[in-house]
Amino acid sequence: MGACAVIIFREVLEAALIVALVLGASRGIPQRGRWVLAGIGLGLTGASGVALIASSATRVLSGDAQALLNAAILLTAVLMLTWHNVWMAAHARDMKAEFTAVGQAVSSGARPLTALLMVTALAVMREGSEAVLFLWALATGENSGGALVLGGVLGAGAGVVAGTLLYRGLVRIPLRHFFSVTSLLILFLAAGLSAQAAGFLNQAGWLPALGNNLWNTSGWLDQHSLLGQLLHILVGYTARPTGIQVVFYTLTLGLISALMLYQRLRQHRRTAPTAVPRRPSVHPA
Amino acid sequence: MASMPGKEHALRGWLCVVMAVAATWAGAAQADVLLTLHAGQFEPSLLEIPAGTKTRVVLRNQDGLPAEFESESLSREVLVPAHGEVAFFVGPLDPGQYDFFNDFNHAVKGQVVAKSLAGGH
Repeated sequence: MGACAVIIFREVLEAALIVALVLGASRGIPQRGRWVLAGIGLGLTGASGVALIASSATRVLSGDAQALLNAAILLTAVLMLTWHNVWMAAHARDMKAEFTAVGQAVSSGARPLTALLMVTALAVMREGSEAVLFLWALATGENSGGALVLGGVLGAGAGVVAGTLLYRGLVRIPLRHFFSVTSLLILFLAAGLSAQAAGFLNQAGWLPALGNNLWNTSGWLDQHSLLGQLLHILVGYTARPTGIQVVFYTLTLGLISALMLYQRLRQHRRTAPTAVPRRPSVHPA
Repeated sequence: MASMPGKEHALRGWLCVVMAVAATWAGAAQADVLLTLHAGQFEPSLLEIPAGTKTRVVLRNQDGLPAEFESESLSREVLVPAHGEVAFFVGPLDPGQYDFFNDFNHAVKGQVVAKSLAGGH
């Protein structure tokens, strides 16, 4: 029962933490709960689909196809998170106002909500498919037993609790810094997911490794310990990365930061002319 | 006259089949390595593969639970359903030992042993 609880916990934890970040990032947006719930629903449907395909086509399932599917899901999530962060940077001024203003800004565009719905759905789908496959085998196979199912339920519950704790922690951040913090968290989340995608593309033979085990910090922090795992999910901690993972991580981090900075500057320039007449005394001539 | 394109199609079809078979043979000549998961254990637990070449590993799960072959040193993560089979590539590797485990049960472990064909170290 314990082993089963641990497996389900780890799968649910990753999805729950990402959903918590999404909920944080969409704070103040009207009807975001509905969007996130829809994302979870879509994700579960997708997870069941993937699990069904994986278990029915047992003889033809290839490791390469699995890796490519994972990479595609991860890279789509990275794109959506990029879109969200860049949009937020472009509306940084509105964000500094009250939350109702944010709500209005977003409801006029409703765009980052679509992105966040997609991210929720993709995270739940990727992690959920393994959990569904596992629970399905428990429910139908020779291993069926109440204790194992109970373990699965307990594991899932613990994962949801961890996600709730993260959300509660996020909400305590003062409003002034709130969106800066969530944007920063999402920036690192995206970089970590991108590095994972690079690992899968290398596994499928689409990218060179550029050096296996570029460094090894497993002695210092085991990636499979609880802390290692939390950091793996949130900021992409990898104890033994390949070169291509480091390249993807750095590029994603740099690219999203550059896009955010560009949006900030553009917004600053747009509002600059209105600032001049406010201070006529500085330039009396 | 009207039957000509049909014959051509049939011929082309056969050619495709012959080529596919030939390709399969060529693939088989590189000898897949079989790794079985049975009664919660990897068999063999020391999986020998030639160093310096890309090797296709076929993982056969004979148990009733899904498993995930994972290795940090090989940077591989491959899911195999209950009573399922999955093929993936490993290498080319430097001679040495590479740990792997079942991500759904960390007590289930094994090692890939990459040996150089020259019979050296």
